[in-house]
Amino acid sequence: MIAIPSIPGFLTAPNGPIGKPVSRVDGRKKVTGNAHYAAEFTLPDLAHGYIVSSAITRGRITRIDTAAALALPGVIHVFTHENRPSLAWFDRKWKDDDAPKGAPFRPLYDAEIHHALQPVALVIAESFELARYAARLVHIEYEAAPHQTDLRANRANSFTPGKDKGGFQPPPKPRGNPEQAFLESPVQVDAEFTQAAEYHNPMEMHATTVLHHDDGTLTVHDKTQGAQNCHTYVCNVFGLAKSAVRVMSPFVGGAFGSGLRPQHQLFMAMLAATQLKRSIRVELSRPQMFSFGHRPETIQRVALGADRDGTLRALIHEAVQESSRNENYVEIVVNWSGQQYKCDNVRLDYKLTRLDVHTPLDQRAPGAATGVPALEIAMDELACKLGMDPLELRLKNYAETDPNTGNPFSSKELRGCFQQGAERFGWAKRSPAPRSMRDGRELIGWGMAAGVWDAMQGQAAAKAVLGVDGKLVVSSATADIGTGTYTVMTQIAADVLGLPIDDVTFCLGDSSLPTAPIEGGSWTVSTVGSAVKAVCDRVRSQLVTLARKLDDSPLTGVAEEDVLFADGHLIVRDDRSRRLSITDAMRGSGTLSIEEEARALPYLLARARHTFATHSAVFVEVRVDEDLGTIRVSRVVSAIAAGRIINPKTARSQIQGAVVWGIGMGLEEEAFTDHRLGRVMNHDYAEYHVPVNADVPEIDVLFVDEHDDMVNALGAKGVGEIGIVGVPAAIANAIHHATGVRVRDFPITLDKVLAGLR
Amino acid sequence: MRSFTYARAASAADAVGRAGASGTAFVAGGTNLLDLMKADVLRPEGLVDISRLPLDRIEETAEGGLRLGALARNADTAYDERVQTRYPMLSKAILAGASAQLRNMATNGGNLLQRTRCYYFYDTATPCNKREPGSGCGAIGGVNRIHAILGASDRCIAVHPSDLCVALAALDAVVQVTGPDGERSIPFADFHRLPGDRPEIDTVLRPGDLVTAIDLPAKGFAEHSTYLKIRDRASYAFALVSVAAGLELDGGTVRDARLALGGVAHKPWRDPEAEAALVGKPATPDRFRAAARVLLRDAKGHEHNSFKIELAERAIVRALTEAAERKGAPRP
Ligand SMILES: Cc1cc2nc3c(=O)[nH]c(=O)nc-3n(C[C@H](O)[C@H](O)[C@H](O)COP(=O)(O)OP(=O)(O)OC[C@H]3O[C@@H](n4cnc5c(N)ncnc54)[C@H](O)[C@@H]3O)c2cc1C
Ligand code: SF4
Repeated sequence: MIAIPSIPGFLTAPNGPIGKPVSRVDGRKKVTGNAHYAAEFTLPDLAHGYIVSSAITRGRITRIDTAAALALPGVIHVFTHENRPSLAWFDRKWKDDDAPKGAPFRPLYDAEIHHALQPVALVIAESFELARYAARLVHIEYEAAPHQTDLRANRANSFTPGKDKGGFQPPPKPRGNPEQAFLESPVQVDAEFTQAAEYHNPMEMHATTVLHHDDGTLTVHDKTQGAQNCHTYVCNVFGLAKSAVRVMSPFVGGAFGSGLRPQHQLFMAMLAATQLKRSIRVELSRPQMFSFGHRPETIQRVALGADRDGTLRALIHEAVQESSRNENYVEIVVNWSGQQYKCDNVRLDYKLTRLDVHTPLDQRAPGAATGVPALEIAMDELACKLGMDPLELRLKNYAETDPNTGNPFSSKELRGCFQQGAERFGWAKRSPAPRSMRDGRELIGWGMAAGVWDAMQGQAAAKAVLGVDGKLVVSSATADIGTGTYTVMTQIAADVLGLPIDDVTFCLGDSSLPTAPIEGGSWTVSTVGSAVKAVCDRVRSQLVTLARKLDDSPLTGVAEEDVLFADGHLIVRDDRSRRLSITDAMRGSGTLSIEEEARALPYLLARARHTFATHSAVFVEVRVDEDLGTIRVSRVVSAIAAGRIINPKTARSQIQGAVVWGIGMGLEEEAFTDHRLGRVMNHDYAEYHVPVNADVPEIDVLFVDEHDDMVNALGAKGVGEIGIVGVPAAIANAIHHATGVRVRDFPITLDKVLAGLR
Repeated sequence: MRSFTYARAASAADAVGRAGASGTAFVAGGTNLLDLMKADVLRPEGLVDISRLPLDRIEETAEGGLRLGALARNADTAYDERVQTRYPMLSKAILAGASAQLRNMATNGGNLLQRTRCYYFYDTATPCNKREPGSGCGAIGGVNRIHAILGASDRCIAVHPSDLCVALAALDAVVQVTGPDGERSIPFADFHRLPGDRPEIDTVLRPGDLVTAIDLPAKGFAEHSTYLKIRDRASYAFALVSVAAGLELDGGTVRDARLALGGVAHKPWRDPEAEAALVGKPATPDRFRAAARVLLRDAKGHEHNSFKIELAERAIVRALTEAAERKGAPRP
């Protein structure tokens, strides 16, 4: 066991807000339109930018004629690679906190075209409509060069990347003798799986408003998951002093990873604002939302070998994914397969294929959302071949320790997820044979899958200011992309200091606040929450010290760990009549405010010796029309083990939203590329399908108790991503159970089922 | 957006007069036209706003049918009690389309004249004969999951995306038009055209022609009819295949039949021979399948949409079966 630094006073408040279904503290602002998003800020001299997107996929611009655009009254300027100012030279200046190995894309850098819809010019005009119109008058001639966008056609040219991106380790070395063990296994599954490219498509399109102030400083309202990441980027690229720019993103209308890297609208708006010395807004159109990062298309092979009793003997998982020519985007895909089940002979292999596309980008549970479903379908196929219950097979091969590393898990209640989820769903009543359950013309299928995601933690700082009125303001430069960060941080602070929720304000989305990393990977509660707790603990110690110094203090001689904080009071644990209000403690000692800053780090020693992960079990019922192949998800139970749940209401929303996306991944979402043009063709919400309300049944979420005192001082893992992992597989398995048709290509549109129903 | 002139029509005659000039378009609900203008696909120089013309009523006709005003909203039409009870397949078809918000704005005339949802038509950086005659057809050999299996040409394989129109075709509706040459009535089957070598022309309307109403004949197949729409998600998606089916039954025998397919061609697809194959025959799935095969006999798939042929056959059998079952008919 590793000794964990004990931090005083946490969760001592009886009946504190942690663990309560507190409603969003920013909810009222959101529903009344008082939450302002990046494209909603303005100044009187605001000018509007519209981006011209490349008409070709690869080649070069031979001529740009902006005369017609500039001739329109109200058009201010057209920026192109020909007239842009000179900017940072070295690649490292263009790197951001989520940049993989390689040379980041530079907008308007030169005449070369690297991918479809590449931004090639920026028109600035007095109104949005005018800028858009003028953008169409920019005449561009190209010399096209051959491009490659087809992963399948190019997979032979793949290579093995290294540790090319933060948060992702290359696959471990093979263990045992997987090829031979597979050949010798009496029961085998060996199949290929595909996952279509998906675009993030948050409701709010990417936008940046740069407010140019009279003193020359800039306030940049950007849609981002990391205000400081963007701050560093714009300072580096435009050679600006840190103090001359402030990046804000207090509200983000969804991002799902699309805001992890500075996107080109930020560059464009900054370019115009710094050159024209004006306030500028640039907002992407919906089709332009298909011009940058995406969940990469993936081809996988999973081979499983087992004994007749279901013992896994061999596990081989190979994946090849697309990346761009300029960067090695990696999300490894296969590693969770080595971690999820006990198996002595394992080979995991991950490759990239360079295509003429924009660099892919992390999208909700990157890697796991793609790789785990392939494994979990293969497990279902194996269960079918064995004549074994799929849940039974998973329990049979349950990994008590992490097979990839040999280390124990800091906590792992996956067994509880299986049991409680199965019970809630009624799994025991499942009739095992495919096509054995029906309701009129609908075939009914029950499928399940397990899910896993990493429980990461980074470093963050937070600041707390407690006023003599008992009001607390805590801040950190993190983001709330709709996840509930405002609310959860408020709860943690209120809990530590025993304050009513309404007396605590949490500030985020501002580069000038204490350092926090980009909001991704489900690590914000862990990372920023730990900093919030740490800083509030300091305030707490200060208060105890102040209180004890007062004449006739009820706390005289009481040790800090024996003081409770509740209802705005300091209370002696064993004699609750001895109490003092926070305001009295401060007033009595002549303190107007207490200000503290603290930084929280992960427990590195514990992290080196344990695997930290969240787990899930998903159970799905589908109904498939036996003649038409139309598929309807009619019931979902998602059982989650993610340590302490700080707020069951916002956490449930995260899981439900992720399940909805899982339904989209499973059945609907797909960017169709015309490989002759190298261009995604269904680039709007009418034809790029995500689930609508009518597609989504009631989603039953349950959180399994999981105690973890190694993961962080809160005992909480994140819940932003685990909810999606496994859902597509559970759907595919349910479809097989309903129809006997096995589909391994996501999304499972009705034509794929129909082909098997014939 | 490009600059354009805007005029509000005072009367139908005024609208026709103003629209005579080339480059002028009527705007009704605007749910299709304005999107296409923003995407720079359509570039009218002038808009004639007809949305306030008094053509929004739904009235009885002397022949015992209903006259649907061209400017009646899709939602008002679908929820009109007479439409619901006398032409339930029409009501069902409208409600299967778009979203509640769009149906509140969209007009019946506009629905007839909405343009295809072909991806290439919408993307001005790609070839499209319908958008830019002579530029080529991007969908042929490209991404064509949603495209035609019937009546296409080597210039265009787009489909007409409307649901409403499929039911109107099945019901033998008549489109009332007033134009520079006066008024005329166009049988629904003749209203939309096949792409041939002029895919840029969707209908037989001439410049300046204004649709004033759509007449429904008395016969609505209220007892045995349905509209079945098959799509990639449960709502807010265009049809991969849709079927408007109406039967007149005498015991278990078909007396009269109507069958129209949507999502498969440049116009709602009907074939008198397929309907004739049903008449006088028992209402059984085998007969339905035989009729489906007649209707689909010339169907031809492309890279991504061949599945529509089998899907259409199955959908026809299902729709006719449901229609037959509707009111106490013997279960086939
Ligand atoms: C996202 C989305 C999803 C949709 N899904 C569906 C669906 O599933 N099924 C479906 O059927 N439809 C669907 N629609 C299309 C919708 O039904 C049409 O946009 C609508 O019916 C058009 O009517 P409008 O009055 O808004 O037409 P407008 O946009 O005003 O006009 C469309 C065209 O008709 C012409 N026009 C209008 N009225 C007349 C007239 N009286 N005489 C002559 N010309 C006229 C206009 O000049 C213009 O060319 C969808 C639309 C959108 C945007
Ligand atoms: S199918 Fe018709 S609309 Fe589509 S690209 Fe071809 S010509 Fe254009």
